[in-house]
Amino acid sequence: MGQPAKVVGQRNAAVETRIPLTIQPGFHVNSDKPSDEYMIPLTLNWTSLGALVGGQVTFPKPSLEKYDFDDKPLSVFTGSIELTASFKVSAHAPAGPGIATGKLRYQACNNKACYPPKTVEVNVPYQVQ
Amino acid sequence: MSAQPHIGQLAIALGTALGLLCYYFQRRGVPLRRLAALATLALLLFPAGLLLQGLYSNPQTVKATSVKPDKERHAAPDFALKDGDGKTVHLSDYKGKVVLLDFWATWCGPCKFEIPWFIDLERRDKDKGFEVLGVSMDDNGWEDVKPFLADFKVNYRVVIGNDETARIYGGVDALPTTFLIDRDGRIAAIHIGLTSRKEIEDGVEDLLRTAPATPVSAVPGAVPAARVAANQ
Repeated sequence: MGQPAKVVGQRNAAVETRIPLTIQPGFHVNSDKPSDEYMIPLTLNWTSLGALVGGQVTFPKPSLEKYDFDDKPLSVFTGSIELTASFKVSAHAPAGPGIATGKLRYQACNNKACYPPKTVEVNVPYQVQ
Repeated sequence: MSAQPHIGQLAIALGTALGLLCYYFQRRGVPLRRLAALATLALLLFPAGLLLQGLYSNPQTVKATSVKPDKERHAAPDFALKDGDGKTVHLSDYKGKVVLLDFWATWCGPCKFEIPWFIDLERRDKDKGFEVLGVSMDDNGWEDVKPFLADFKVNYRVVIGNDETARIYGGVDALPTTFLIDRDGRIAAIHIGLTSRKEIEDGVEDLLRTAPATPVSAVPGAVPAARVAANQ
């Protein structure tokens, strides 16, 4: 996972950041809307927003890929993708730096095997002007 | 797939065609001595084709070895895990049987692909001393697993595994990971990731053909030294 871009804004300003993810060649992660109810979706949930509010996450368009283990193509992410998180700077936020923290959960597979779901921490640095 | 059966069929077809050609030319008045080479070739190709086909149509001759030789097998670690009814299942309970031990999870696509094969095998070979035992690695346990088993009409026993179970089996991470265990409780084959149905079936058949080295009745109540009471 790459470092999200720093969010800079004044109080009440709408701001957003991009969170870059790279999936190793030969692997895929399920998209945010997997093809099967049992599959684990890619999720990003904020645990601490600090001076930010909202944090709605927009996922890129998934690709439909065919694998040996399913008759139909699956909705997945492969290669390099970017998630976009949209915030608003709180009306009462004190000026200065801070970090919003979230948890990114993903579950990866290749053409033959799957690996247990993993959760990694996402830190978005921000600066209230 | 082997190419030899196809070569056999080709030789038969070619031999037949040459034979017919000789017959045709002879009927048209061509002297037999001028057709000698063609006729000889036809006579050689036809039986050679039959021979090749006969040799390679026997599955015993093309079958790859799907299980480890006896000497290379090690004892499958024992465990104590709960099934869906809350009963404790030990792997050692299955001694004397051939066991397909499948580490899987509901979220694992390749695992789901294999499960119908295991359902068929359980149905087909249960009476021959074979059982499938599924070890689910789902973090949410029965909450996720029970609806899945109902959806897929799973007809074999499933227990919920844990990190300790994965550890004693060599650190199972990739799913599915399937162990074929012989009647003596030894690991005869390991398949990591999706494998072919034929490979699994051949392995089970091989193991079912072999009688246990130690008759189960000779060791009443015996518990293998390797038994590990895994966390439940």
